[in-house]
Amino acid sequence: MTGHSAAVSKQQTRTPHFTKRVRSWGCYPTAANHYVHKPAWNDQIPLILGSSSSESLLAYGLGRSYGDSCLNTGRELIDCRRLNRILGFDEQTGTVRCEAGVSFSDLIDVFLPRGWFLTVTPGTRFVTIGGAIANDVHGKNHHCAGTFGAHVRQIGLYRANDGLVICNQDDNPNMLRATIGGLGLTGVIAWADIQMKPVAGPWMDVEKIPFQSLQGFLDLSRESNESFEYTVAWLDCFAGRNLRGIFFRGNHAAAAGRLYRRERGPKVPFPLPSWLLNRYSVKLLNQAYYKIHSARNGVSTEGFDSFFYPLDSIRRWNLLYGKRGFLQYQCVIPETNVAAFEELLDRIARSGMGSFLGVLKQFGAAQPAGMLSFPRPGLTLALDFPMRGERTLQLLGSLDEIVLQSGGALYPAKDARMSSKMFDASFPNWRSFVPFIDPKMSSSFWRRVTEPR
Amino acid sequence: MTITAHPTMPVENYGSPMKRIVVLGATSGIALEVQRRLARDGRELLLVARSPQRLAEVQADLLVRGARQVVTYSANLGSIPQHAGVFEFARRTFPDFDTVLLAYGSMYDQKEVETSVDLLLDELQVNFVSATAILTLFAADLERRNMGCIAAITSVAGDRGRRSNYVYGSAKGGLTLFLQGLRSRLHPAGVRVITVKPGPVQTPMTDHLSNSSRFADPEAVARDIVRALEQRAPEVLYTPRIWRYVMSVVRHIPETIFKRLAF
Repeated sequence: MTGHSAAVSKQQTRTPHFTKRVRSWGCYPTAANHYVHKPAWNDQIPLILGSSSSESLLAYGLGRSYGDSCLNTGRELIDCRRLNRILGFDEQTGTVRCEAGVSFSDLIDVFLPRGWFLTVTPGTRFVTIGGAIANDVHGKNHHCAGTFGAHVRQIGLYRANDGLVICNQDDNPNMLRATIGGLGLTGVIAWADIQMKPVAGPWMDVEKIPFQSLQGFLDLSRESNESFEYTVAWLDCFAGRNLRGIFFRGNHAAAAGRLYRRERGPKVPFPLPSWLLNRYSVKLLNQAYYKIHSARNGVSTEGFDSFFYPLDSIRRWNLLYGKRGFLQYQCVIPETNVAAFEELLDRIARSGMGSFLGVLKQFGAAQPAGMLSFPRPGLTLALDFPMRGERTLQLLGSLDEIVLQSGGALYPAKDARMSSKMFDASFPNWRSFVPFIDPKMSSSFWRRVTEPR
Repeated sequence: MTITAHPTMPVENYGSPMKRIVVLGATSGIALEVQRRLARDGRELLLVARSPQRLAEVQADLLVRGARQVVTYSANLGSIPQHAGVFEFARRTFPDFDTVLLAYGSMYDQKEVETSVDLLLDELQVNFVSATAILTLFAADLERRNMGCIAAITSVAGDRGRRSNYVYGSAKGGLTLFLQGLRSRLHPAGVRVITVKPGPVQTPMTDHLSNSSRFADPEAVARDIVRALEQRAPEVLYTPRIWRYVMSVVRHIPETIFKRLAF
């Protein structure tokens, strides 16, 4: 049938392309129009790369980047969520090959029952392999395992002018280092080989310890980094110089333990009114959290979901901050500069604008896996700020000054507002990354921080 | 380093006799999700679709996810001359297959099919003519063996002709009627025939429709289909379930009113 063959060729060359409003996890900047490609197969990616104009494309996964590093406002996104096939698993080495849109959640569901877990995982399971590589994500075990990128053995990368480029330690090692932490700018990841690690089961041996000063945190952290695989602290950012928080440390339980069932939590139905989280309610929440956990301090066994992904139990928790959204501020400050860190906390406490979710972690000394990797030795703080317009931006700007003076850095995956000066200070070697950028790729974040103002 | 897929088998069969499934149109959006569920339950699959490259990717994925065996066969199911080859291959590799799922289809823009007879015929050919042709081959085999199950994905669009989608609707409606008769014919032989009527689903086939982000999740649709295959859902399956009620209203609107409705 002539009609049929015409239709067949039409189907194979068509790369669908629709205008959609897309926002990132922080809901700031507000949702903007993008032209979205939704490939279902890797063989469609070269067609998309071939038919787009220069600096027009960016791969998009589960949209868990907080600011604009996963956005490409007014230009094109490649929605990779349908590229979610696991292409192979080597049971001897524990290496899994998967397409860029495979989520950590999916990998856990498939491999944890067989005794394999993610070597490095961030605080949510709803990220894709592609996103984890592009942001070189870290987790509670940074002090002993480094970043996610350190466990990426090989990447198959589609580039507009070179086709599929295989990057590993021997072939194109520089392209590998550029792609890890490369913010999606080096091309579109077709697949990656990821090293998993063997675990006995889904349970964690966890210990919670309250602390009342930064020194208290540092002592706990240094003491724990030897014998605990995972360490992190929650911080009450309203306590100011009378700092307090809860230190969490844990290891995978040595036995498989009893049957594990994942609980499905509630879902935030729509953006809540933004006045709901104000300085008084947040102060109360923080006090309650501190009281509950310091009362329950000591050793316990809990499921991996509540240890690694406590916030995943509330689906779409980002909508708690309302329509205007929020900004997450994550910085790292060298350990030699504890005074700067205290000044930072003091500034936040005095502003009264910080929020419930303050997270503190001591990074290890691992060599960065990527050219633009964020983690480096020092103390990292991550904190949410509800978007309240100019005064929020001013506060964060004043925090930038402290970070800048201390020789610290900001995390692009969390950022929607840093200045190009701040980016330059955080990643002084970014110009040597530029030659690795694919001519077809760009992002809102990249244009914002590199275009001279 | 070589990376190989390996089979493991967490089996949770709900006492269903289903073991070997032939999927016609194995790279369609809904089929992909159905196959993942079947793989997780450790079943054996024969996948038929056009692109060998895509079939290989799906095969690897399903093996890692627990399928006991995955065999692929590349054919253009819209082309009836290729059907004999598909059927022979299925008989040879899975002589005792017990389930056939027909999951392929195509949908063009309604405005285009209104002006191009070629596209119109192609849509009818893929969704109705070729579908009934290949089901006839598989039905005869199951009937002879007095066992098994045939399931085909039609659409709620086949329940009533609408101005915005009546060509696709008429092809799927024709397939629905065909399955109805087939069900009755195969009933004495103990072969079950399942008509799957999904509402709009978020798949590559519907991406071009303006409100596609509000369509059903293919995973939810796949869950319902697998339930039906396991005999835990009715033989005429509306999925998501709300469409059973919506369509019973839509079917009862008098034609004098319905013809004025612009949907």
